[in-house]
Amino acid sequence: MTIPEVPPVLYLVLSGILFTIGVIGALTRRNALVVFMCIELMLNAVNLTFITFSRFLQSLDGVLFAFFVMAVAAAEAAVGLAIFVLVYRSRGTINVDEVNLLKW
Amino acid sequence: MAENIGILFQWLVFLGMAFTSIVASLFLITRKNPIHSALLLVLNFLCVAVIYLLLQSQFIAVIQVIVYAGAIVMLVVFVIMLLDLEEELRSGLRLLYSKVFGVGLAGLFLVAIVYSVAASSLTGKRGPYTPDKLQANVKAVGEVLFTDYLFPFEIVSILIVAAIVGAVVLSKKKSR
Repeated sequence: MTIPEVPPVLYLVLSGILFTIGVIGALTRRNALVVFMCIELMLNAVNLTFITFSRFLQSLDGVLFAFFVMAVAAAEAAVGLAIFVLVYRSRGTINVDEVNLLKW
Repeated sequence: MAENIGILFQWLVFLGMAFTSIVASLFLITRKNPIHSALLLVLNFLCVAVIYLLLQSQFIAVIQVIVYAGAIVMLVVFVIMLLDLEEELRSGLRLLYSKVFGVGLAGLFLVAIVYSVAASSLTGKRGPYTPDKLQANVKAVGEVLFTDYLFPFEIVSILIVAAIVGAVVLSKKKSR
């Protein structure tokens, strides 16, 4: 008797669960840094989907896309965290509910 | 028999890592202290890196550990320490209805994802990269990156330079 390999569906479901947890965190948390971390979590879940399809369709395009997603995430982290520091300097908080200067 | 043991090991690693990453991300979104969230984010990234190894992309696994778990989370921890975030603790349970609504919508979203994944099968033209060929993963990735994806690669380098300059300009003190 042979055990089947781990099917791609399980990887995709894991990726969906991680993405949903990231969405919930980004919707419910008020601290901008934690929202940022949840966005990183979602990007990571999407990368997992890319890698899974890349492995099971035997193509390298998904790996390259994950690479580019990581590069964009690094750029986003640098600029986004600098913006958080600036917002904190000018308003004394990074609570996303209290940063409402653009709200009409 | 030997390959059976290998596949059993794969299952064990997959289930363990999936469980750990889900638990870590659940704690991530519920902890009050952002430092705890950042460290749980590292744990989650490491678990996903092990899953990348199971999927035979060693290159992405290493990049994940270096770039995500190393650089990005280091930046986040640095900013957390730079800012004084006490006021976050009292933000408590305001806007309860909107939170419940958001969680419900996200749950529906998860149901949609699971349904669409389970209802369809992997179809499509198979590429030439069989698992045997992926043993030399970095070589294969580099070949594709510097031939088919050369232009996007250059664009990404420009993007990263722009991000570096932007971060420096943003965080510079105004001197007068």
